[in-house]
Amino acid sequence: MEILTQVLELIVALAVAPLFLGWVNQCRAWLQNRTAPGITLPFRNIDKLFHKEAVIATGASPLFRLAPYIVFSSMVLAAAIIPSMGTELPLTRAADAIALVGLLATARVFLALAAMDVGTAFGTLGARREMMIGFLAEPALLMVILAASLIPATTALPAIAAHLATQPLGVYPSLAFTGTAFTLVLLAENARIPIDNPATHLELTMIHESMLLEYSARHLALIEWASALKLFNYACIGFALFVPWGVSTRGSGPAALLAAVPLLLLKLAGAGAALALIETCSAKLRVFRAPEFLAIAFLFAVLGLLVHLLLGA
Amino acid sequence: MALLALWALIGLAGLLRPSSLRYVGRTLFPLGAVCGVALAIVAALGLGSPPERVVLLIGLPDLPMHLRLDPLASLFLFLLGSTSAGISIFAAGYFRKGHGTSAGLLCVQYHVFLASMGMVMLADDAYSFMLAWETMALSSYFLVTAQHGLAEIRRAGFLYLLMAHVGAITLLLAFGVMQGGSWQFTFDAMRAAHLTPERAAAAFLLALIGFGTKAGLVPLHVWLPEAHPAAPSPVSALMSGVMLKTAVYGALRVTFDLLGTPQWWWGLVPLAFGLFTALYGVAFAAVQSDMKRLLAYSSVENLGIVFTAFGLAIVFQGAGMPALAALALIALLYHSLNHAFMKSLLFLGTGAVLHSTGERNLGRLGGLIHRMPWTAWLTLVGALALAGLPPLNGFVSEWLLLQSFLFSHEVPWTFVNMLLPLGAAVVALAAALAAYVMVKFFGVIFLGQPREPALAHAHDASVLERIGLVWLALGCVALGLLPAHVIEVLNVVAAQLGAAALPARTGPWWLLVPLPARLVSYSAPVFFAAIIGIVLVTAAAVRIFRHGRMRRSAPWVCGIERLEPRMQDTAEGFGQPIRRIFGSFFSLQRELPSPFDRAPRYRVAVTDRIWRYLYEPLGTVVQRAADLCARAQQGRISVYLLYALTTLVVLLALVL
Repeated sequence: MEILTQVLELIVALAVAPLFLGWVNQCRAWLQNRTAPGITLPFRNIDKLFHKEAVIATGASPLFRLAPYIVFSSMVLAAAIIPSMGTELPLTRAADAIALVGLLATARVFLALAAMDVGTAFGTLGARREMMIGFLAEPALLMVILAASLIPATTALPAIAAHLATQPLGVYPSLAFTGTAFTLVLLAENARIPIDNPATHLELTMIHESMLLEYSARHLALIEWASALKLFNYACIGFALFVPWGVSTRGSGPAALLAAVPLLLLKLAGAGAALALIETCSAKLRVFRAPEFLAIAFLFAVLGLLVHLLLGA
Repeated sequence: MALLALWALIGLAGLLRPSSLRYVGRTLFPLGAVCGVALAIVAALGLGSPPERVVLLIGLPDLPMHLRLDPLASLFLFLLGSTSAGISIFAAGYFRKGHGTSAGLLCVQYHVFLASMGMVMLADDAYSFMLAWETMALSSYFLVTAQHGLAEIRRAGFLYLLMAHVGAITLLLAFGVMQGGSWQFTFDAMRAAHLTPERAAAAFLLALIGFGTKAGLVPLHVWLPEAHPAAPSPVSALMSGVMLKTAVYGALRVTFDLLGTPQWWWGLVPLAFGLFTALYGVAFAAVQSDMKRLLAYSSVENLGIVFTAFGLAIVFQGAGMPALAALALIALLYHSLNHAFMKSLLFLGTGAVLHSTGERNLGRLGGLIHRMPWTAWLTLVGALALAGLPPLNGFVSEWLLLQSFLFSHEVPWTFVNMLLPLGAAVVALAAALAAYVMVKFFGVIFLGQPREPALAHAHDASVLERIGLVWLALGCVALGLLPAHVIEVLNVVAAQLGAAALPARTGPWWLLVPLPARLVSYSAPVFFAAIIGIVLVTAAAVRIFRHGRMRRSAPWVCGIERLEPRMQDTAEGFGQPIRRIFGSFFSLQRELPSPFDRAPRYRVAVTDRIWRYLYEPLGTVVQRAADLCARAQQGRISVYLLYALTTLVVLLALVL
């Protein structure tokens, strides 16, 4: 049963992540009165890239070629340890929520190093900005997780999700603060609109895309897939912390697990629509406003922690 | 013991043929490395055994030297032995003909330095402790000023010596308070002395200032970023990796062993200073453009984290929560061990770069991964470890520290229990910034294009240097992958320091479960295997189902003809966001070129505000006091005779 849940989670993550990205783009297109490209576009794009011949810049070191694999692998492992459908995952014993944050940081550091490898202006600029976003977003995420983990007094994500899912529907004021903080971090970390614009290529203000300019073919495909997985992972972390209902817990049998799949898709559909709405309603910030944006996220997360300790809830 | 003496002997052997580089490098330094390995083995064996005592009948009359080997000392001796083995073997290939101190003399100073650090850890009375402590300070002073031809290095050395002595004086005072009226300066007497709470607190604070000076706690850190970069790289590695840990050792020894059970509020002092130091150090590290200064500031940060854990352990211990105190202590010891390996590795890496390019300035390096692959990949291990990324060692200790912060709201005092978890926020911020610093450090030195044409002739580290680097990198990996075993060992030390030992390991060997009741676990081997496994499967799948074709082409540079190295970020550029965000930490001097300059020049200097607000006023006060004294010191013999006569008359008047 444990192994089954694990395999199912991995397959669903790999398959659904690009579709989720496609769904967000679809909603954005609808909200902006454009014709939508269809939600399978990211998949078709990744497949196309896998067919192409890789073009590597002269002067790129082996690190440049290794990085996409490590980034992809980090994201897959992260997907494996987030309880998106069931809490009985064998791999979660190997990594708790803090290790998950560390895993996301590993992916970020490798991507930034790879971006600096060729030595182009855009690459180093992207690396610097990505690390700037990262060093503010990472502690905010960690605080969100710590605040949530104070409730069951453990940092094991499945235990948190299981605890919150089986709890009678209560009001946790702290979760309101941390939820806000988490949303801000999600936007920043996934290069979404107030911080970065995923739809542009070649703009002086871009962050994530400018790190990828030298990548092509399979390397780019892996990174694109990893980015989709990252968004999916963040959404699933959010579900595990804030709306954990419906995940199959210990001893609930295969039926609960099967029921969790459509429920996850439903949650993702709602989250994707909300994300598209946020992105459509807001404008991109100047790069130097980004630290303020993230400082707010960090403060909210810390406030959530304080509120939890003050009210005990 | 014998091994320490052997180190000293090796040093003296260096005096025999001071100018023969071959003899010193090829024979004595490797011998020192072997000694280090032996010391590590002996210390590791000593961890499990009961304390051993030796009384040496040397020294002043009636004041024999007491030595004692207990688990705490064994752990730090292990740290000293294992780290210095790697550093010594590197040093064997490092020291070459140059200006400054001759090789033989360096060899003496280096080995005396090692031996004195060992003595600090073995000492069991205040006299031998202070003797070893001062020998350590002096021998390292001479090592720092190895290139005494440069005024800048002499200045750094002087500052170091000055701060070392300020620290030593407060330590002397602390020992004076701790003997508690018995006038017995053995540590046994201090353990037996019953101090009033006020006296104990005074002793603790004095010792904290003394050890904090050595460890570089803000605002006592000013010597560290000057002295560490000034020394030759193996010495920087020893100072950052090992010598700073003697301060940690001393603080633990005094607080948990000599003073008995600490009071909980003591912990708040190192906690607050530690957190501030961590953030301050890492923010400064991010804006440095000299690679060794960057690492020195990063050491300030790491010692800040260690002292944070120290404070937390005291609070838990004082609150009667020994299991959590053990967790915090283990985080502390683990981080000390980790930092010794990571920082030594990185300093040696900069040493190899410095040797091959002659540059310390990040702005003139770049692209060295092509010319120096060994150094680059091994340094990458250290950089990732220092950035606190799983599955390497830096992550484990941060994980343990965050876990202990997670339960810090359970202490029984209101306000304190709310403020403590906020410390986790600062630790998380510092750790995330450390990743920024390491990307800057590694990226600017080893990646990108060479910023100077001369870098095309850079050569990789020599064989002996590579052995040293590999040894330390293996240490980082081993400490990262086998945390459950390391913790089992550290548990013994935590138990000796009065904290309850963590429950015995119940799970399989690869799983780390520090507090079984809390359901948290972490498994580095599985983690590592999973990442490697997925990488291999993906790489294979891509090649099987699609293809692995690849072609090289010029990078895309926005349509400009040629890629110039100057298009990359400089070290200053990479640190610019941090300069902006943490602007209030720095005092910034900028020279911006005007559009009409014929030879435009951009210069930015970032300096420590603490200099201006603390040390310069302090210096002025000292200078004024000295001027006042100088007025009395006329330098004429008649005046001094008058002083003597007056004193005599006053004394006679008092006595009669």
